Amino acid sequence: MSKKIADESKRVVDYTDEFPQWDESMKDTYTILIPDMLPWHFMILEKLLQHEGYHVEILKNDTRAVIDEGLKHVHNDACFPCLCVVGQYIDALKSGKYDLDHTAVMITQSGGGCRASNYIPLIRKALKAEFPNVPVISLNFSGLEKGSSFKMGLGLMLKMILAIFYGDSIMWCFNQTKPYETVEGAADKVRDEMVNFCVERFNEGGYLRYAKINRKIIKEFAKVERKDVKKVKVGIVGEIYVKYAYLGNNHLEQFLLSEDCEPVVPALMDYIFYCIVNNINDGTFYGHKGMFWNVNRLLYWYAHHMQKKIIREYKKDGTFDPIHDFEHLRHCADKVLNQGVKMGEGWLIPAEMAALAETGTENIVCAQPFGCLPNHIAGKGAIRTLKNLYQNENIVAVDYDPSATKVNQENRIKLMLATARDNLGKVDEKTV
Amino acid sequence: MSKLLGIDVGSTTVKVSVIDEDDNILYKSYVRHYARVKETVLDELRRVREEFGGSYRASITGSAGLGLSQRSGINFVQEVQAAFTAIKKYYPDADVAVELGGEDAKIIFITGGTEQRMNGSCAGGTGAFIDQMATLLNISVTEMDELALKAEKVYPIASRCGVFAKSDIQPLLNQGAKKEDISASIFQAVVDQTVSGLAQGRRIKGKVLFLGGPLYFLHGLRKAFTTTLGLDEEHAVFPDDAPSFMAIGAALHSVGVKAETIDEIIAHIEDVKTSDEIITGQPLFKSKEEYTEFVARHRATDLKFCDIDTYSGDAYLGIDSGSTTTKLILITPDSRILYSHYQTNNGQPLDIIIEKLREIYDLSGGRIRIAASAVTGYGEDMMKSAIKADFGIVETVAHFKAATHFNPKVDFIIDIGGQDIKCFKIKNGAIDSIMLNEACSSGCGSFIQTFARAMGMEIDKFSQEGLYAEHPVELGSRCTVFMNSMVKQAQKEGATVEDISAGLSSSIVKNAVYKVIRAASADELGDNIVVQGGTFLNDAVLRAFELETGKEVIRPGIAGLMGAYGAALYAGENIRGESTTISEEELHDFSYTSTSTNCHGCTSNCNINILKFKDGRRFVSGNKCERGAGMKPASDELDIYTYRQNRLLQSVEGTKGKRGRVGLPLQLGMYEQLPLWAGFFETLGFEVVLSDKSSRELYFLGQHTVASDTACYPAKLMHGHIESLLNKNVDFIFLPCESYNLDEHCSVNHYNCPVVAYYSELLKANNERLGPDNFIYPYLDLNMRENTAERLKAALKRFRLGKKEILRALEVGFERLDAYHRDEAAKAEEILKKAEEQGKQTIVLVGRPYHLDPEINHGINKLLTSLGMAVLSEDSVCGYDTIKVNVLNQWTYHSRLYRAADFVCRHENVNLVHLVSFGCGLDAVTTDEVRRIMERQGRLYTQIKIDEINNLGVVKIRLRSMLAAIEESQKSKEETV
Repeated sequence: MSKKIADESKRVVDYTDEFPQWDESMKDTYTILIPDMLPWHFMILEKLLQHEGYHVEILKNDTRAVIDEGLKHVHNDACFPCLCVVGQYIDALKSGKYDLDHTAVMITQSGGGCRASNYIPLIRKALKAEFPNVPVISLNFSGLEKGSSFKMGLGLMLKMILAIFYGDSIMWCFNQTKPYETVEGAADKVRDEMVNFCVERFNEGGYLRYAKINRKIIKEFAKVERKDVKKVKVGIVGEIYVKYAYLGNNHLEQFLLSEDCEPVVPALMDYIFYCIVNNINDGTFYGHKGMFWNVNRLLYWYAHHMQKKIIREYKKDGTFDPIHDFEHLRHCADKVLNQGVKMGEGWLIPAEMAALAETGTENIVCAQPFGCLPNHIAGKGAIRTLKNLYQNENIVAVDYDPSATKVNQENRIKLMLATARDNLGKVDEKTV
Repeated sequence: MSKLLGIDVGSTTVKVSVIDEDDNILYKSYVRHYARVKETVLDELRRVREEFGGSYRASITGSAGLGLSQRSGINFVQEVQAAFTAIKKYYPDADVAVELGGEDAKIIFITGGTEQRMNGSCAGGTGAFIDQMATLLNISVTEMDELALKAEKVYPIASRCGVFAKSDIQPLLNQGAKKEDISASIFQAVVDQTVSGLAQGRRIKGKVLFLGGPLYFLHGLRKAFTTTLGLDEEHAVFPDDAPSFMAIGAALHSVGVKAETIDEIIAHIEDVKTSDEIITGQPLFKSKEEYTEFVARHRATDLKFCDIDTYSGDAYLGIDSGSTTTKLILITPDSRILYSHYQTNNGQPLDIIIEKLREIYDLSGGRIRIAASAVTGYGEDMMKSAIKADFGIVETVAHFKAATHFNPKVDFIIDIGGQDIKCFKIKNGAIDSIMLNEACSSGCGSFIQTFARAMGMEIDKFSQEGLYAEHPVELGSRCTVFMNSMVKQAQKEGATVEDISAGLSSSIVKNAVYKVIRAASADELGDNIVVQGGTFLNDAVLRAFELETGKEVIRPGIAGLMGAYGAALYAGENIRGESTTISEEELHDFSYTSTSTNCHGCTSNCNINILKFKDGRRFVSGNKCERGAGMKPASDELDIYTYRQNRLLQSVEGTKGKRGRVGLPLQLGMYEQLPLWAGFFETLGFEVVLSDKSSRELYFLGQHTVASDTACYPAKLMHGHIESLLNKNVDFIFLPCESYNLDEHCSVNHYNCPVVAYYSELLKANNERLGPDNFIYPYLDLNMRENTAERLKAALKRFRLGKKEILRALEVGFERLDAYHRDEAAKAEEILKKAEEQGKQTIVLVGRPYHLDPEINHGINKLLTSLGMAVLSEDSVCGYDTIKVNVLNQWTYHSRLYRAADFVCRHENVNLVHLVSFGCGLDAVTTDEVRRIMERQGRLYTQIKIDEINNLGVVKIRLRSMLAAIEESQKSKEETV
């Protein structure tokens, strides 16, 4: 260790401002607002938390006013996701629908080296002037924000992980069904049913039987009548928020569907795995071993065990391509860059791009907020390596920003799609 | 059979082509559409109907063609795809195609792995960029092209976006650089942008096809491309069809499309209706009456005039030599206007002033005596020297002076000029905080001007059009490049010129209020607002400002002349004795010559410009330090930056090693850890080789491997450092990846920023000369000494190092690092003490360790010493206290900023200047927090954004304003005592 060791007599200077705190006792009287990211996952989570006694509400507001509020309250150079989230909060709080003395907002905080870890103070600052009594709750596993973090027992944590697994399967099967349905809306109907089914399992019991639940989801989607056509598959990877949230990516999935493509959106659980693995890697790489390390290893082992069993269900049924095995993603990452690149979405981005290429999805939209730092390295920076590895991989990096226009983004994506269609034609010629 | 029809709708032009059954190109056209996309396309199609009639298989292509295609049901083909089709048909042996359009730039690599690249959303270097630059030079694009061919030298100009280039060009213009050279430099900038921004690591070689309007029409641009890429005539192909190439491609692509008669096609397009997708705002004025009342209210604050033909007595002269305009005013001691002038700079502002001064002397017929004069603005130094003015004052002070005249209670001033926005808050009769637009948010006055011209209108008419627009378009509030594409989208949706004009006015205001001032609500601005600057003379902008803030503001009739007016007032108040201002006789004989050359005072080789006046005086500009101007540079005795630059390099002992030569790229994290790694490798018997000194040239050396054009300049420079080490044939380059920086035990965590932590990965991925043998970048956590040793042992396996010797070498390394920090802290104490003894102000110039690099800080430390200050750095004063802040304090370098801020707050004669690299996302967090700490303690906060732009003009204004504010606050303190 460096000799720059802190002086025993060092001063502690406090420049912090007062802000409203959160504690569990407020649970009964407060409404908790959560920004939307993945509508169906979050619907299950919303119901799950409500069942646990939290008055949560997922924010669905997505008008231009949301972005304008974000622009007004967030630093010019802060990232776009932060702007969207703050915009949603402020727009909602201004709507008059909520009792401002009994409303809180909640957001996740990873504690990683990306500036996303700083969303909480940025949100606090944005809310301070107009909504001084609204606490900001941090959902994190790194022991940050002790005074206002969301207290979660092991039971609830497990339930949330299961909910994410279920949401992933619904999204995964839906995306493989929707482009091919013969009856318009058939896939949407199954999706709604399956969301309800999962919610009921949490409310009425049986939520632990994840293999069975996944089997049911796969079976129900498999029942939807399909056209036998070949469509261009387009993978979506990138920064977690703009990758998933329609507010962030201008309804990218919708756009791809309207372009007659099959969107391939990797599972949210992969991101959770990625975070856990980073904690494990810190131990194996740098010797940060201890209790925390062991807990993470155990968690990873258990969750990965679940994932493997779910994949088995996909293979047994055979209708859909299975979700990615996370161990495979890690191997894929190793081909491109070191798993030490752990800030933001880090190595997960190239891992997903490689895994998609290896499983037949060579066309990829790499979505990132304008000027995203980790993405310089792991997104744009890794594309050249990926192209050397996978000759036909067809990647477009798209920046999302409050002022970047839809037409500009769509134009870029269309360029990628034009090549994709060409390649699809070539593949057909070869097979004929 | 049917003919093929291709329609290419670009951002500024429409191109149509017709191809017959036998592949003959029957028709091709290229017309500007001036935002009337639908009408222009229809005109062209009607022409086709007249000439050929019949039926067609049609496709639309182009960036603005998508909407038209969707609404008319005509087939759409992506433009690069269209180009590709045409290339394959007509130039099957081409290797690469480069296409520049109005707002797009594209490269298609055809052989060796087909790849298509388009410019990112923040990339200039396109036709619109060239147009914008021509407007700035006040010449047509054709003239610019002719001039460029006669150029003698090329200046470095940033081409990433128009805003940056402007800040490079403006000083050149003001210094009197030749238009020929500037024109050629602009073209060169476009080429550099294409080569680095688009090719990104892939070389453009083989047979290269150049497409698109600009490359067809502009020979200067062609020349720049062929020279830069080293192509001979055989390998550089400029097709005759270049402007309409995409349209031809679209036509060829239509083979499979259903044929329709031309009447049907025309009918489809006629049916296209404006969609309701565009977001619109409130009209500026609901009625004529409302406008009349508005005009009357503002007229009330106009100044009185005094007839120069009859007046006799003293007068004060004020000159504001701005970046795009020159302003001059002559007032009587009781503040009536005798004479005023406002003119856009057409190259040399000095000529304007001389001409106008002669006119003033003529008009005054000996009755008027110029009793005092003052100059302000970008051109202050040069102008002051030329006309021997009594005072040169910083613009902010001039503006404040003028605003006070109109409203003594003024507490907020906003000035929107040609290319900058300035806002200052006034507290206790002094400027309290200054906000200038940063390079990225400057959608200012000249933007409307450029835009108006693109629409084929003069600015006055264009903004007048917007006054009664019913549905002003919402255009967002960021940089002009983005606004351009918002406008493009609005046009696509069929917005009218009136709506766009009004929308532009509002967005300029929004830009100022929410991006520059960053006010959460209008109440934050204050109660007594004075608005000024040429842009506010535009009623549409003024109205938009009042609507946005919900306040009635004062706009003086001389809004555009406020700087000059303030200067004149200042001169009048402060003159003691005779004025030195150039006399009528001296003026009569006045002439000057301008030459540009390189200064050889040091290794920087600044481009300098020398004005020689007839009376033998000289004025030198463009120089970074005083040496260029032939003066002795300010002593660097009290400058810790100079000290550290030398001290850091001393940590390499320079021993020749037996084990091999290791290259250390001196950039990013290495600026902090050089002593550590130098000590480590030298102890192990390696020779340490450092990369070349950072410079613009070094940047260009590695530019082709830059993968992300929005990364910070230090990161982009790193590519050049790597190239320079590769050229030195080192055995390997060493640049470890470190998620965690050294733990100084003062913050929650001790991360590096993602760019510093993992840049090695990006370098490896994008530089084909790097491989596992010559590039070693282990993942390390230096806080874990044993672990680090093991990982280093593995990474340097081929040298068979023992763990023990590695541990010993690390020990030596850490000792050198500690010694460096100790010396630095001791020097800081010494400087602080001396500064106090000498009664000097001290500035702590805070940033990151790599801001020590003179190419990155652009010599701001020297600028500060030349202004008579002592300079310290964040890491020399931060100490190891724990500072609790609102934000998550988890990065080692950033944590030092908070500690340095705390240090400044504890010292009365010490102030803080924060250096921020453009594109640094983490600083979005730190700047606000450091500002909060400072303001909470009632201290000034000054932030300077730096980039590859090397324009100290703006920085100087900021620093001088800060000095003025410091002086004011000291004065008021003394008064209260």
